[in-house]
Amino acid sequence: MEILQLALFGLVLGGIISLGAIGVSLLFGILRFAHFAHGDLMTVGAYAALALVAVGWPLWAAFPVAVLAGILVALAVDALIYRRLRRTAPVILLISSVGVALILRSLIQIIWGADTQVYDQALQFPLRFWGLRLKLNQLYILLGSVGLVMLVHVFLQYTKLGKAMRAMADNPDLAKLSGINTERVILYTWCLGAGLAVAAGIFLGVDTRLQPTMGWHLLLPVFAATILGGIGKPYGAIVGGMVVGLASELSTVVLPPAYKTAVAFAIMVVMLIVKPSGLFGGGKR
Amino acid sequence: MSLLTVREIHGGYGGEDILKGVSMTVDAGEMVVIVGPNGAGKSTAMKAVFGLARLRAGEVVFDSQKITNFRPDRVVHLGVSYVPQENNVFPSLTVHENLEMGAFILSGDLSARFERIYELFPPLKEKRRQPAGALSGGQRQMVAMGRALMLDPKLLLLDEPTAGLSPRFVELIFDRIREINAQGVSILMVEQNARAALQLAHRGYVLVVGRNRVEDTGAALLANREVAEMFLGG
Amino acid sequence: MELQGFIDYGVFFITFTGIYAIFALGLNVQWGFTGLFNIGVAAFWAVGSYTTAIVTSAPNEVYLGGFGLPVALGWVAAMVTSGILAFLVGILTLRLREDYLAIASIGIAEIVRLVFKNEEWLTNGVRGIAGVPRPLEGWLGSGDGLFRVYLVLVVGLVVLLYFLLERARRSPWGRVLRAVREDEAAASACGKSIVSFRLQAFVAGSMIMGLGGAVYANFVGFVSPEAFDPMYATFLVWVMLIAGGSGNNGGAILGCFIIWVIWSGTELLINLYMPPELIARGSALRLLLVGVLLEVILLTRPAGLLPEPRTGDR
Repeated sequence: MEILQLALFGLVLGGIISLGAIGVSLLFGILRFAHFAHGDLMTVGAYAALALVAVGWPLWAAFPVAVLAGILVALAVDALIYRRLRRTAPVILLISSVGVALILRSLIQIIWGADTQVYDQALQFPLRFWGLRLKLNQLYILLGSVGLVMLVHVFLQYTKLGKAMRAMADNPDLAKLSGINTERVILYTWCLGAGLAVAAGIFLGVDTRLQPTMGWHLLLPVFAATILGGIGKPYGAIVGGMVVGLASELSTVVLPPAYKTAVAFAIMVVMLIVKPSGLFGGGKR
Repeated sequence: MSLLTVREIHGGYGGEDILKGVSMTVDAGEMVVIVGPNGAGKSTAMKAVFGLARLRAGEVVFDSQKITNFRPDRVVHLGVSYVPQENNVFPSLTVHENLEMGAFILSGDLSARFERIYELFPPLKEKRRQPAGALSGGQRQMVAMGRALMLDPKLLLLDEPTAGLSPRFVELIFDRIREINAQGVSILMVEQNARAALQLAHRGYVLVVGRNRVEDTGAALLANREVAEMFLGG
Repeated sequence: MELQGFIDYGVFFITFTGIYAIFALGLNVQWGFTGLFNIGVAAFWAVGSYTTAIVTSAPNEVYLGGFGLPVALGWVAAMVTSGILAFLVGILTLRLREDYLAIASIGIAEIVRLVFKNEEWLTNGVRGIAGVPRPLEGWLGSGDGLFRVYLVLVVGLVVLLYFLLERARRSPWGRVLRAVREDEAAASACGKSIVSFRLQAFVAGSMIMGLGGAVYANFVGFVSPEAFDPMYATFLVWVMLIAGGSGNNGGAILGCFIIWVIWSGTELLINLYMPPELIARGSALRLLLVGVLLEVILLTRPAGLLPEPRTGDR
């Protein structure tokens, strides 16, 4: 029974990680760099929502506005910094994204301070069913994650832009010479990635609490999920996220809870050694 | 006036020049083949037409317009399509989606175009919902060519279309190339399978270490002792 | 501030610059010479610090060690443990592409931090290890003289490392590392094992970082997982190296000095002018400043202040 309970928590965590990993995977595949500021994009989203909640907005209304804010931040960062560095070595982009991560985190800490915050002080009594407990918030997170993933699925499968995004993640060079408008696809990838990251951040804030390093601490599991699923494979990222989430929670049966991220890391290292292209990757480096 | 004129191009990928003064023409409706030993710069010459190599000197004129060093996405819009030798499909997209990507810049009803491609490559029709990465080499090559044809290009650039294919598929691909040409698409092709390619082609250029060596009709080149000695065996 | 306080501050300042310089020089071997992107500097800092703390502090019942050994041994031990960790991490990850190494290095840093925080039998957990002795404490007693001796020690160490690494950079070994960095295909065509050389650079650099951690621990006298945010440390060292000039040993030292001036200077200003409740935000402001500085450098002058010296010559 405890295993099932942990698995349930694992699904909640997995949903959050997946939302982050889809964006990282697409960005990794299309722009060929590991976006180290993605975790802090999540944090930005969470705090943007907090700002609105603090002035009386209900969280569900703050959600879309926060998504918009996150997208604007991501686009601004790309326009000011990443785009200009794209022609240099990918490692420079990586370094700059570490810098962006710290800039975003610092800004949040300057504005809100380092103490933890919550959206809602009220205590929640968990739902009980089949001998399992689940807080209402966690149910919302699960439903929200599923809903967003389905939206992403529809977008990627049935819209021209979504297909172009998958194409570019598969093979950016071929996309360029097929006549695909690569700049527009990149723009939309940032929008999608940032939007999902904001959702993940808000969900994380709902599930736990908010503090300036919340997104950064999730970055390692998100990267683990991305690598597990295969770079540039958004569906792989979803599977990867769920696996990492489940493994992290289930590991507490044998390991102290503090080592949850260590589990994510271990998964990632094994993957990198055995099959760096991921579970669904086609061997492309 | 030729459809494509390449005049004395010099260039490469940034370091030393791979091309040291190559000239070629392709007339409307022609199939022209570039052959030559390894390292001759055949692929580079063709890539230079499409903007995938940097030209230091010389010019490329297509359809009466100078396109020297134009970026590939500009060249595509002008009516030239390019099929690379490797990594030439989107592996996780279905066959149909691969073709769709070929027609990205178009809008409206494209069903007629799809039909034409499927008529040209019947095996693709039944596999159209399969991911391109799961297909065999020969079928992938068909997808790659189909993708390039979706825009109804005037000129099709093919980089070693039969490389690594089984003999059955080599024959099939060459047959399809002949058909594409017969439908009015001009073709510029680099091929290692020189003998078979020259049999199909109107004309051929032999490149050696970045320069023109011989130029003649396909048949004449096949009969040419010097050419045969140099490398015909492939 | 009276003169004495000023001098003391200066001593601390230079000492810290020196400690950071050790890290920057170590990172330079990895990044500047060989192109390895190690974001896990903090891991080796922690390992070095804790190793020397365990080896040199007084015996106790709560956690492992306290062997009370001389500081010099502590430093050697720190280099050894860092080297071992680097070796293990390296054989797993160095054949991978650079962004993978970066991700793996963050993972390592995180694991190390978690282990040190949670394994109380080893490290006394969150409470940390106090009473880490300073070198020659027995002879000189505590007090100002000790810190000045320490300053001389640190500066001497930096100078020694500088000369050793300059020689290494110009040696055949250094040339191979550069070749590995610039053009893997060509280097492996010459028969050099890429992974082996990367591993050597990684281990060497990490051992230097471990030394830096040890020097830090024995200077500050106290190690704990919370005493410094590992990301601050890693980030600062990176910015120092990039600002000063990757690939250039002198640049590494120069970068340390400049960034430490900015870092300490802003700390001074904030402590002087900001109301106490805002000081935490003040430190975030300083980090923001350094982050923006990094971006500006990457966008305008990514090679840093002192460019890498041309191969082969002075």
